[in-house]
Amino acid sequence: MSRNRIDKIPATEITPKSVHDDRRDFIRKLGVGLIGGIAASSGLFQDASATSSDRQKITSYRKSSYGHEETTTPYEDITSYNNFYEFGTSKSDPAASASRLITMPWTISIEGQVRKPKILGFDDLLRLAPLEERIYRMRCVEGWSMVIPWIGLPLADLIKWAEPTGNAKFVEFVSLDNPAMMPGQNLHVLDWPYTEGLRMDEAMHPLTILAVGLYGEVLPKQNGAPVRLVVPWKYGFKGIKSIVKIRFTEHMPVSSWMKANPREYGFYSNVNPSVDHPRWSQATERRIGDGLFAKRRKTMLFNGYAEQVGQMYSGMDMRKYF
Amino acid sequence: MNRYINYFIFSLLLAPIIRLIVLAVSNQLGANPVEFIIHSLGTWGLIYLLLTLTLRPLSQLIHSSKPILLRRTVGLFTFAYVCLHFLSYAGLDQWFDFQAIGSDIAKHPYVLVGFSGFLLMIPLAVTSTNQWMRRLGHRWKKLHRLVYLIAILGVVHYWWLVKKDISMPLLFSAILAVLLGYRLIPKLSRGWRREQPATDIIHTA
Repeated sequence: MSRNRIDKIPATEITPKSVHDDRRDFIRKLGVGLIGGIAASSGLFQDASATSSDRQKITSYRKSSYGHEETTTPYEDITSYNNFYEFGTSKSDPAASASRLITMPWTISIEGQVRKPKILGFDDLLRLAPLEERIYRMRCVEGWSMVIPWIGLPLADLIKWAEPTGNAKFVEFVSLDNPAMMPGQNLHVLDWPYTEGLRMDEAMHPLTILAVGLYGEVLPKQNGAPVRLVVPWKYGFKGIKSIVKIRFTEHMPVSSWMKANPREYGFYSNVNPSVDHPRWSQATERRIGDGLFAKRRKTMLFNGYAEQVGQMYSGMDMRKYF
Repeated sequence: MNRYINYFIFSLLLAPIIRLIVLAVSNQLGANPVEFIIHSLGTWGLIYLLLTLTLRPLSQLIHSSKPILLRRTVGLFTFAYVCLHFLSYAGLDQWFDFQAIGSDIAKHPYVLVGFSGFLLMIPLAVTSTNQWMRRLGHRWKKLHRLVYLIAILGVVHYWWLVKKDISMPLLFSAILAVLLGYRLIPKLSRGWRREQPATDIIHTA
């Protein structure tokens, strides 16, 4: 199913055919090396909890051709301008206080409509699929955007491993709930823990990834370490951070933002320049890193990924299902 | 001596804009410099607006005319910050695309409310001179009561643009409520005493 969709991606976005075809071969060849890489990376993930300035390289991942036409946003901007309310509502709060977060050890609980509930350790997660760099645009609901070179693996690989039952129509994600490590949770700006959701086909889509790194390095804590969701055609808040639970459900989950303000935030939250936020326009965006005298850019439908994801929403009223 | 105090107050009032210039020149405005400038100017505009409204109560409280004599200066600084706030939105953010600005004002209540407050400040700034005070006589005071409406619009503007964390707008609202209450409550209680029998007070309150 995912193969069919991949074929419809424009040439610039496609993983090179050689890489694509060689995938099995690649896995076989690198199998041993990859396990070694995981061992190394688990050591490296342990070290990462020391200080936030401790930047750790991810040893083995492959490049992909996603987003190579874009100029990536500087590392400093991606890691200093964050919406991660668990650490405070100001954009500088996460970088200032996320060092308290202990990301090792880390487990993800797999629950709900699955053949058997399981606990997935972080190292096991890395073994599910080869890590790959994906350069994606990220559009925040507030009207700004970045281009981020994520490193991660397709969520689809985790879902296949999780063996959801036929009743699983949606996937619900839950963040860590720990006010001692996440001081922002002492304020009731949102109903903690942070919760998000995807429809099954969205979750299985090849563009949807679980990110564990950026710029070739272990994911900084302010960006949602150790593992976060990246859904590039949706507004950034759908990209839930520091995931501890993935639950398969029959009914549509209610996300934190839907609960906080159902009139302003819907389940889908697809980037759409013609459906405004009730209080502000979504027609344009400010690209972070463009500087003080840069013009806003036009926001693209599905954040520019319409060719790959548009068909999932054909016939759906995007104003009603915002 | 007095002159030095004035210089000091003047430079205090200028400090936020000097800070912005220093940060801009040294490239320290952060990842989203345009947003930083707009928000900073807006916040300081609101702070100075509330400060303007604090000066008369302060004078009455400390039995000194010194604070109230600063009211015009602080008021004009408020106007300057709000002007720059609007200009940085219109210029830096929207590149003077008047069509986009127009639809932003028309479609989004928080922009409309902020813009209305800004427009209402213009006649107050223009008529702030001694000459205009004399020319308008008792009507000057009436006109300048608009400042209360402007302050409410300013706080609402802030309140409506915040995504979720309302702590700052709440703080500004609380301060404004105290400042308005200080003026309204004596007036209302005087009115009641004059017009209504004591038993009715409970019902109307």
